Amino acid sequence: MSLIVLLLLPFVGSCLAAVLPHNARNSESLLAGLIALIGTVSVAMLYPQIANGGVIREEFSWLPSLGLNLVLRMDGFAWLFSLLVLGIGTLVSLYARYYMSPNDPVPRFFAFFLAFMGAMLGLVISGNLIQMVFFWELTSLFSFLLIGYWHHRADARRGAYMALMVTGAGGLCLLAGVLLLGHVVGSYDLDKVLAAGDLIRAHALYPILLPLILIGALTKSAQFPFHFWLPHAMAAPTPVSAYLHSATMVKAGVFLLARLWPSLAGSEEWFWIVGGAGACTLMLGAYTAMFQNDLKGLLAYSTISHLGLITLLLGLNSPLAAVAAVFHILNHATFKASLFMAAGIIDHESGTRDIRRLSGLFRLIPFTATLAMVASASMAGVPLLNGFLSKEMFFAETVFISSTAWVEAGLPVIATIAGTFSVAYALRFTVDVFFGPTATDLPHTPHEPPRWMRAPVELLVLTCLVVGIFPAQAVGPLLAAAALPVVGGTLPEYSLAIWHGWNAPIIMSLIATSGGILVYLLLRKQLKGGRFPHPPFVYRLNGKRLFEQSQILMLRLARRLEHRISTRRLQVQLFMLVLVALLAGLIPMIHHGLSWGDRPKIAGSGVFVILWLIAIACALGAAWQAKYHRLAALTMVSVCGLMTCITFVWFSAPDLALTQLVVEVVTTVLILLGLRWLPRRIEDVSPLPGSIGRARVRRVRDLLLSVLVGGGMAALSYAMLTRPTPNDISSFYLSRALPEGGGSNAVNVMLVDFRGFDTLGEITVLVAVALAVFALLRRFRPPRESIQLPAQQRLLAPDVVTDLVNPRSASDTALGFMMVPAVLVRLLLPVALVISMYLFMRGHNQPGGGFVAGLVMSVAFILQYMVAGTQWVEAQMSLRPLRWMGTGLFCATLTGVGALAFGYPFLTTHTAHLHLPLLGDFHIASALFFDIGVFTVVVGSTLLILTALAHQSVRSHRPGSLPKPIASSGGVA
Amino acid sequence: MEEVIAIAIGVLAASGVWLILRPRTFQVIMGLCLLSYGVNLFIFSMGSLFIGKEPIIKDGVPQDLLHYTDPLPQALVLTAIVISFAMTALFLVVLLASRGLTGTDHVDGREPKE
Repeated sequence: MSLIVLLLLPFVGSCLAAVLPHNARNSESLLAGLIALIGTVSVAMLYPQIANGGVIREEFSWLPSLGLNLVLRMDGFAWLFSLLVLGIGTLVSLYARYYMSPNDPVPRFFAFFLAFMGAMLGLVISGNLIQMVFFWELTSLFSFLLIGYWHHRADARRGAYMALMVTGAGGLCLLAGVLLLGHVVGSYDLDKVLAAGDLIRAHALYPILLPLILIGALTKSAQFPFHFWLPHAMAAPTPVSAYLHSATMVKAGVFLLARLWPSLAGSEEWFWIVGGAGACTLMLGAYTAMFQNDLKGLLAYSTISHLGLITLLLGLNSPLAAVAAVFHILNHATFKASLFMAAGIIDHESGTRDIRRLSGLFRLIPFTATLAMVASASMAGVPLLNGFLSKEMFFAETVFISSTAWVEAGLPVIATIAGTFSVAYALRFTVDVFFGPTATDLPHTPHEPPRWMRAPVELLVLTCLVVGIFPAQAVGPLLAAAALPVVGGTLPEYSLAIWHGWNAPIIMSLIATSGGILVYLLLRKQLKGGRFPHPPFVYRLNGKRLFEQSQILMLRLARRLEHRISTRRLQVQLFMLVLVALLAGLIPMIHHGLSWGDRPKIAGSGVFVILWLIAIACALGAAWQAKYHRLAALTMVSVCGLMTCITFVWFSAPDLALTQLVVEVVTTVLILLGLRWLPRRIEDVSPLPGSIGRARVRRVRDLLLSVLVGGGMAALSYAMLTRPTPNDISSFYLSRALPEGGGSNAVNVMLVDFRGFDTLGEITVLVAVALAVFALLRRFRPPRESIQLPAQQRLLAPDVVTDLVNPRSASDTALGFMMVPAVLVRLLLPVALVISMYLFMRGHNQPGGGFVAGLVMSVAFILQYMVAGTQWVEAQMSLRPLRWMGTGLFCATLTGVGALAFGYPFLTTHTAHLHLPLLGDFHIASALFFDIGVFTVVVGSTLLILTALAHQSVRSHRPGSLPKPIASSGGVA
Repeated sequence: MEEVIAIAIGVLAASGVWLILRPRTFQVIMGLCLLSYGVNLFIFSMGSLFIGKEPIIKDGVPQDLLHYTDPLPQALVLTAIVISFAMTALFLVVLLASRGLTGTDHVDGREPKE
């Protein structure tokens, strides 16, 4: 199977899994398991191609100019990791089928699980560093979603958040480091980076990029001091823990360390940072694990400790240690996955994970207990199990290291002590839980789990045994293939045997084992009795508290910064916005000056000047009066609109004039509808002393700014109007309109054809606005004071019977009080519709078109609403604006896509020339259908906006829903 | 005529800017209307202004900018008119909703403290 298919498979599966029914545990698990299994088998079949240092490479061109291509690359190491990711994924899918309860929403679980698997797979087979970081961040995101799967639990949310913050921040550092690395090497291609080790280590940027990349790796692998997130991630469902903390998520960090080992390792910095973090984590994890009372908590700290071991090995700068690290990655994945699953089974069957309560389970679940004991023996490094082999290699490395004297002396001691601790916590996991008196106070009485829930554990434990007993035969070639790329091409001498004779490592092992048993016996009683709620000495190193404090500090700083440099007040923001715009225009004007041209002027007209004088007066009047006299201001603004419209007519723009005129009508109706809901303006507010001065300063400042902006606009436009016009592109449209667009109205042809994509975007905006208006008004609560009856009606005595009070529900004369205008307007409807059709049909060749026609049609309907009332109109006609909008958008898009079907670019117009009997020659352009779409969208969205607003008054007048008048506001509504 | 157009654009823009800097939502809406008239006219005037040269192709007239006015700014302004209508509608409804929720028509959703 090609790598790209392999990579896409889990993501496709994730989408499928998301749409399966809520309780489809069987099919979900089957789907996930099958995908992982197919992946595992096909990866396994790639073995011959990578066996002897071979590399499979697939490249897909994406942004070649930036050096960004999708590169998939699989060598031995990536192969081993893919096998782990997919293989353990298969087992976990099977296990999760039995672990998840019928109430859990499994589609979400398996969708995230598969997506995470895909992200992890993408990470390990990336052949490009940027791409690798992308998948790296994806694993952080999906692990966040998986850890927080039970999002009703606070600990799950907090754990997920902490994991995301720590690994996400690490990912950002990694990105910065990788960008530097790419800069140093000159390419982001992994092959080139791996070959440029000497160049990188000698480069001046090496001391900067190394820590950045290492922060990424160490946060992901939960290394000291970033280890604190991992125990909190145990709030995840156990299958997630088994997957994330054995084979995948946390292994990504050590994967990266091993992946870049040939290019980054070998320096002093590497040794101290990586080795130091590894050694600290190894000790701290193992020590803390001994004092855990939660099965999963113990495993979490043990995971931290083993990851520390791998990191330490990678940090030793020795090829042999790197081979040991790869081997331990494999071994740890097998025994830790099986241990997590066993812990999950115990939790599932007994209802608790508390080691202090669990006891004597061997009698109840002998089979599971045996499996768990074998796996923890492997964890402790007991001979004949795989954990023993890599631990021996580790001990050997610590003994034979050549460094400063105290490192040479200290490292074997650290290794032995950590080994001692790991024996002790492995004993706690087994002896405390499985032996001793049978526990009686458990929430459930444990039984052996279903056969298939145990099967994954059996398989993994079997692997531990086979590798442990026949290492050379079982994993010898596999390990060689995987370790070869890590050490950079030449494998060191090593032997995978169980017995190497009486040497230092075996003696260290003996000390560790006996020491571990001793420590366990010493601590046993105190731990069982709950003497240590926290691990002694180190619990003050509380990473969690530190993390939370830094979070609070950061929030506080951000808030202070926001307070300092930003404002929530709209006026200030708008002022700054306009000021910046003004400066952007002013600065070039100062630099280059502004001069008038000498284009021949247009013949003047007194009428035009007088009309504009009126409009200018109205604009100033509107600016003056908009606060107190809203209706007057609206009228004056409309005068300006009308004058704009006249200007369009005057200067040969009939299409614009038509559109402006109708838009003016619709806008005015709209604002009139809205005016009712605005509060009364009280003119004589006595202002506080001091605020008058401030207000005056603000006004002068605003006035200055607006005069400057207006002056600038006037000067600019005058300059443009007097200079000769550069006319390079417009002739193109004029000359092509008829032959290629099939219409003689150049403006309309441009809208529906040349710039059709623009128009498509525009009608989409219109639809979005209409829907937003609709949605906002559905939840609209009118202010109480606006819902009252008009003052004239309220002033009537209660016993007066008049049809003025509520004409809508009155039974007699009031029903007809608008009859005459209503009938007239009803007669107008067909006429308006005909005009609308006329404007639409002529649009392509004469002024008109979809926009104007749509607006005219909606105005015709709105007139009915205004005169006959909402209820009457809706009882007589069923206008479904949402359907109009949907149909229109569909029609317009379909026209565009139609061109694709014939092999032309999106929205290409085709003109058909027909000859019809009687009617003569016809030109039908496909743009006509596009224009139909525009027309329909405009009708639908205008109607939706206006009727949504009009419905508000119906709502508040509904009988029974009238609130009582508020006593304080006795004025005119 | 150029002077009239230029002054008209200037006055419309200045009144619009003055109004959008005011504290009441209705003023801001009116300001946006005026500003969009000004800006639409400004874009429109970028093409050469001609009287009686509609960009509607007639037979026998050479298809260049000497015989027709520039259709490009017109197409742009046509789009702009519709978009500014949509914007006015949205702003109007947002201000109504904000008025309903906060009880004030101040642009910040609350009366200034001073």
